[in-house]
Amino acid sequence: MSGDQPSGEKRSAGEKSDFKRELTGVVPHLRAFARGLCGRPDLADDLVQETLLKAWAAQDRFEPGTSMRAWTFVILRNAYLTDMRRNRFRGEYDEGVAERILTAPAGQEEPIHLSDLHRALLTLPAERREALLLVGAGGFSYEEAAAICGCAVGTIKSRVGRARAALTEMLANGSIPRRSTDDDVAHSAILEELDEVAAGNGVSARS
Amino acid sequence: MASTDGHPGNGGGNHGGGDQSARRRPPEWADGLKQLYDSVVEEALPDSFKDLIDRLDAIPPARGRDGGK
Repeated sequence: MSGDQPSGEKRSAGEKSDFKRELTGVVPHLRAFARGLCGRPDLADDLVQETLLKAWAAQDRFEPGTSMRAWTFVILRNAYLTDMRRNRFRGEYDEGVAERILTAPAGQEEPIHLSDLHRALLTLPAERREALLLVGAGGFSYEEAAAICGCAVGTIKSRVGRARAALTEMLANGSIPRRSTDDDVAHSAILEELDEVAAGNGVSARS
Repeated sequence: MASTDGHPGNGGGNHGGGDQSARRRPPEWADGLKQLYDSVVEEALPDSFKDLIDRLDAIPPARGRDGGK
């Protein structure tokens, strides 16, 4: 996306400062989304920086009053897909998060480790992972997630459903890839998806 | 797979979680996903982000913005 529309005096000073404030406010969410997508905190933060630059350059296209979070998520996911294709950057797992353990709800014998969950998440194809992140973690509705991903609502529902089923199975069976294999598994799955996305039939056409 | 929530919105003030989870028992990791996300949202924000935005804001609104790659 190139953001050079000849911007006349479209925006008032007030609107500009609103934009800045809202953009700043949404940074923690961008970081969380990016971290879920790509796993490594340093790469995730790079992605957020890139997103901020692009969002800033495109600010005339932001409609005041609409969701800044949704708008910037679109930019972030596009940047992510582009970067992945280019650099083949890898969904490596963050050791830091591995230390955190989710406490077990009452009545449950085995706690689920957030690290396992995150690793399992990273093995999902990119499209399903982002769909699940948007709906299951980011709290977006199916409709909002569909708008962010540029696809039909039914597509999002199906991706979320498959992602959930895959995670449930992985966590139930304990068949979560270890860290070393994780990279390969996740990586190849991601690249497969990306090839489709790159070919232009991924994002909008499939159900 | 739990039948999708009809979620009749019988919003009785407090949901201790017992009622809902008894009926349709969302995957036990569902909370974890939210928790992963929230844990990042709640992290202290490195200054670099605010600095970047401040720097962008300081650039005079030139018409040609061809610095980017």
